[in-house]
Amino acid sequence: MSAPIIDIRELDVFFGHGRWMNHAVRSVSLGVEPGQSFGLVGESGSGKTTVLRAVAGLLGGVARLDGELTVAGEAQTGQKRSREFRRRVQMVFQDPYGSLHPRHTVDTILAEPARVHRLDRLEERVVRALNEVGLDASFRFRYPHQLSGGQRQRVSIARALITGPEIVLLDEPTSALDVSVQAEVLNLLMRLRRERGLTYVLVSHNLAVVAHMCEALAVMQHGRIVETLEARQLREQSPAMPYTRQLLTASLGYDRGAIDAFEDFS
Amino acid sequence: MVEDLKVHFDTPTGLVRAVDGVSFELGREKLGIVGESGSGKSQTGRAILRLTAPGGRVSARRLEFDGSDLLRADEKRMRQVRGGSISMIMQDPKYSLNPVMSVGAQIEEAFRVHHAADRRQARERTLDMLRAVRIREPERVYRAYPHEVSGGMGQRIMIAMMMIPEPDIIIADEPTSALDVTVQLQVLAVLDDMLRERGMGLIFISHDLNLVASFCDRILVMYDGRVVEEVAAAALHEARHPYTRGLLDCLPKLEGGQAELPVLVRDPAWRGAS
Repeated sequence: MSAPIIDIRELDVFFGHGRWMNHAVRSVSLGVEPGQSFGLVGESGSGKTTVLRAVAGLLGGVARLDGELTVAGEAQTGQKRSREFRRRVQMVFQDPYGSLHPRHTVDTILAEPARVHRLDRLEERVVRALNEVGLDASFRFRYPHQLSGGQRQRVSIARALITGPEIVLLDEPTSALDVSVQAEVLNLLMRLRRERGLTYVLVSHNLAVVAHMCEALAVMQHGRIVETLEARQLREQSPAMPYTRQLLTASLGYDRGAIDAFEDFS
Repeated sequence: MVEDLKVHFDTPTGLVRAVDGVSFELGREKLGIVGESGSGKSQTGRAILRLTAPGGRVSARRLEFDGSDLLRADEKRMRQVRGGSISMIMQDPKYSLNPVMSVGAQIEEAFRVHHAADRRQARERTLDMLRAVRIREPERVYRAYPHEVSGGMGQRIMIAMMMIPEPDIIIADEPTSALDVTVQLQVLAVLDDMLRERGMGLIFISHDLNLVASFCDRILVMYDGRVVEEVAAAALHEARHPYTRGLLDCLPKLEGGQAELPVLVRDPAWRGAS
């Protein structure tokens, strides 16, 4: 087992103050190995996306962080991240409609991070990034509204890759897409990871997607990690904790008999 | 009873055939309509209640409910049908419930529009209905406003509101897609039990093949405005149409490894013949 490239110890995240304080992440510890795909699974409000954004330093001014976070050997405090960190750690968001600037062309969208990080040969990089995600150079001068949902998500992935990152944080990257498009995007993410030796942290509510993409995962509920397990345990349907077993049962489809046995874990 | 239903839209870029010749019959059963976005499944549901957006042209050889012709019914008759005989449950309770009206008042209104009843009777019926959809503190929820309840509870409230006029048919358009899986199944269980007790029919519109296969009795698979295949839900995994097969294959499987997922290759021939 190699040293983790992402090491989170006792992370707490609070939003707001006093009476209205929301303790969104509670004492979360986890390690992601280099080259691994790590899944964060949970229902809405479980804190999975908050953990991802805490790693990225993208929680904003209302959040308070506590705990230790080490990414690629660099200790991170609060939400301040170095320029080099932002080049090496990139993020892909859930909603391909909301995460691309509607009045920027694909060319502008892709060149911006490269320009921010003072990379050279912008045009060449943009074309190469597009090719890598399966889009040809003619897409450069289109606007997001001229693209399908799947094409937009490909552009988002290209934008994340253009700085040459080692770690890509994926927040529900396919949950807004039709299943046929989801399959294409998942295949693309798998191929890019193989070719570039990327490390992924994948947030998803879909257990099958996580079982397919990841080697290990953590199940979250109410801000805590319920259980950390190998994807193999999901495939064999042998998680240790009752909460995870219930999620697994639920993800298998409608079974009238099983539903009455559901426990309320709140 | 729907025969050769068409919903066409004139757009600046030409005629869009959102629904193009759909036929089916519905008994006291759970009928699933599945397809990807743009397949015409939602437009099919809306056209039955004549809720197609302005600009859409609906035509059909037959569009009948209980002997009456829904295509030629006047607005007065349609108001009786909507809610009274055929109800519709929408995807997101946040947008379908009235934010400035208490939950109880909204459900009561749905009842009193279709039944002669005084306030006290309507209130009793509403509380009974909230209990029937397994809301634990019906008195509290009765007085609550939509923003004060969770998504799962909001959808149970929607079900209560759609059930209270005692319709014969429920059309549910992605009724649980916005909910977490366990809540989703609990809400469906409520719906399922009520359908069975009251002998109602259901049209369940969804993009989720596995959910539809496990929940419904019969499935219509739609592609590009047409029904490409009809299968018994239990036999979905024996479906023969290449589109249905493709959709099933491209889903990541819990027990599958990390192998490349088969990608759906669309055949232009699926558009023409069905």
